[in-house]
Amino acid sequence: MNALDVLVCVKRVPDSTSELVLTEDGQGVDGRFAGFTMSQHEQCAVEIAVQVAAATGGAASVLTLGDGDAVEQLRAALAVGCTAATHVVADSQQLGPADVAREIAAVVRAHEADGRPHDLVLLGHDAADTGDFQVGIRLAYELGRPVVNGVTVVSVEDGVLTASGDGPDGHETYRVPLPAVVTVLEGGVEPRYPTVPGRMKAKKVPVEERGLAGTPAGAARVRWSLPPAAPSDVQVLGKGPEAAPAVVDLLEQLGVLAR
Amino acid sequence: MILVLVEKDLAGDAVEVSLETLTFARSLSEAGGGVPIDAVVVGDVPPALRSELASYGVRGVHALTGPAFDAFAGAAWASGIETVLATTRSVVVTAAGTPRGGEVLAHVAARAGVPMAANVLSFGGLSPFVVTRQVVGGQALEEMQLAGRPAVFTVAGHAVEAAPAAAAGPAEVHEHSPEVAEADLVARVVSTDEPEPDLSGGLTSARVVVGAGRGAGSADGFADLLELADLLDAPLGVSRVVTSLGWRPHHEQVGQTGSRISPDLYIPCGISGAIQHWAGCSSAKAILAINTDADAPMVTRATHAVIGDLHEVVPAINAEIRRRRTG
Ligand SMILES: Cc1cc2nc3c(=O)[nH]c(=O)nc-3n(C[C@H](O)[C@H](O)[C@H](O)COP(=O)(O)OP(=O)(O)OC[C@H]3O[C@@H](n4cnc5c(N)ncnc54)[C@H](O)[C@@H]3O)c2cc1C
Ligand SMILES: Nc1ncnc2c1ncn2[C@@H]1O[C@H](COP(=O)(O)O)[C@@H](O)[C@H]1O
Repeated sequence: MNALDVLVCVKRVPDSTSELVLTEDGQGVDGRFAGFTMSQHEQCAVEIAVQVAAATGGAASVLTLGDGDAVEQLRAALAVGCTAATHVVADSQQLGPADVAREIAAVVRAHEADGRPHDLVLLGHDAADTGDFQVGIRLAYELGRPVVNGVTVVSVEDGVLTASGDGPDGHETYRVPLPAVVTVLEGGVEPRYPTVPGRMKAKKVPVEERGLAGTPAGAARVRWSLPPAAPSDVQVLGKGPEAAPAVVDLLEQLGVLAR
Repeated sequence: MILVLVEKDLAGDAVEVSLETLTFARSLSEAGGGVPIDAVVVGDVPPALRSELASYGVRGVHALTGPAFDAFAGAAWASGIETVLATTRSVVVTAAGTPRGGEVLAHVAARAGVPMAANVLSFGGLSPFVVTRQVVGGQALEEMQLAGRPAVFTVAGHAVEAAPAAAAGPAEVHEHSPEVAEADLVARVVSTDEPEPDLSGGLTSARVVVGAGRGAGSADGFADLLELADLLDAPLGVSRVVTSLGWRPHHEQVGQTGSRISPDLYIPCGISGAIQHWAGCSSAKAILAINTDADAPMVTRATHAVIGDLHEVVPAINAEIRRRRTG
């Protein structure tokens, strides 16, 4: 079986548990008030990359386009089994999904020219901040490859990719010859936790730094805003199990208890 | 023309979110001085579907048929849409923000070299064409300018209420069986497992719905919730986290990418109330939230709440109901 060098693309995004504060110009999230992470979908994509690499005796490489701090997300992927990392240094807020796809394609082609083809490229289904739902598909057209979108389970055998996920009519399976692009939804694999030796090793891996290959077209963003907070007139019936009688009173009042 | 991709359910009817998208398209058409709306459907157009599309004011229904469309392939569907676009000048191509809708439209946009806006809620000006869409998982809104033609975007589920048009359209059916390039058929569905039987007991029409989210804790954490549902003769509705983690089947999902419910009472337990979930339950007449976090959006937006661990509160409610029934 051919050893695969799987490339997985991750994005540094604000942590959903922190309160969202936008920059004054409305162009994005104010990083001074946010924690950062990669999305659940991408954590699952990293796990799949590492598993597929191990199954084919190959390697998993990670890529991000982002500012200097995005190295943190590359290290997180290196700590759980990726062995090479590429950092395209750029302000990701200035890039649109077509720009990101073009830049990822440029890296794939450059690595291929260096004798390190990525026959499988994994991405998340959608980025947790901009939620464009399209980089993977645009990348597939840049590379002239087939793309399977929004799957949870991925395996490779004899150069053929099998991928499956939930569709509107049931659980759907795709079988596609490599090279291919796949976008991953969370839920099919359990991302592993980094071990201490894993973290130590990750620190030592040299990160390949690159600049933008093209001139970005941008995101066509006018501005971001926060939706107005909804007014609350909730009636709290109580705390803990002691609230049960009050709850059942309410059920009786609403007439939903009769049978 | 405004072209709307209409998705069908297993029975061959238009899915509700596609009807919402047609409604959205109609407001766009009116703002644009009556631009005609056409629908594109993959596979045949049953008579009931055709008359439903007519009632939504649809001018033409383009049916994509032939072996290339027997099994889903995003690129093939996009290629079929290109065939339809070649027949008339289109200013807009849109679809509901379902997984299929988003995927197919991303193909259409990538192939046409135009931008795509995902999960649009409303539009601002027409020239330039500005849309407002959800970003950061619905926590923020983005105003985005769609300069490309056609303008390609998906409409967030339940952003608008589906409503038939004042005047029906002819909904004249045009069948297309285009040649689809081999490359567009490489990534296609090769098999589909039977969906799990729908035991949700009519979520959309239920008078009471018991909701469950990540707070249930695990696939084994639903016993008390199911008992409460049984006592109230109510179906269970769940958050996307619950279906993503495989704790409960997808057909039980409530929200933007699940069912929209409008019961007299919704009892969300351990659900934070993300905007995408809220989109599916906002028309409940009363909401009784059970949550450990008094500041969770579901709690602050509810009519009633109990602050506490659902694994303690729900069994106590069940016991109290049983006590009053026997007593
Ligand atoms: C395009 C898109 C579409 C989406 N569509 C949908 C959709 O259709 N439906 C949907 O639901 N989501 C949807 N989502 C996901 C949505 O953004 C949220 O991630 C999801 O609704 C959160 O689920 P949750 O409330 O169960 O989990 P969490 O947000 O993790 O909330 C868990 C809640 O449980 C509480 N809790 C924890 N333990 C307990 C306990 N023991 N007892 C009581 N309370 C407890 C916590 O305080 C918290 O409020 C969509 C997202 C996107 C980007
Ligand atoms: N700046 C970035 N760097 C690396 N990968 C990215 C970047 N932006 C988007 N992606 C990848 O593309 C996927 C889909 O993003 P989007 O189409 O923007 O919602 C994400 O889940 C990532 O895997």
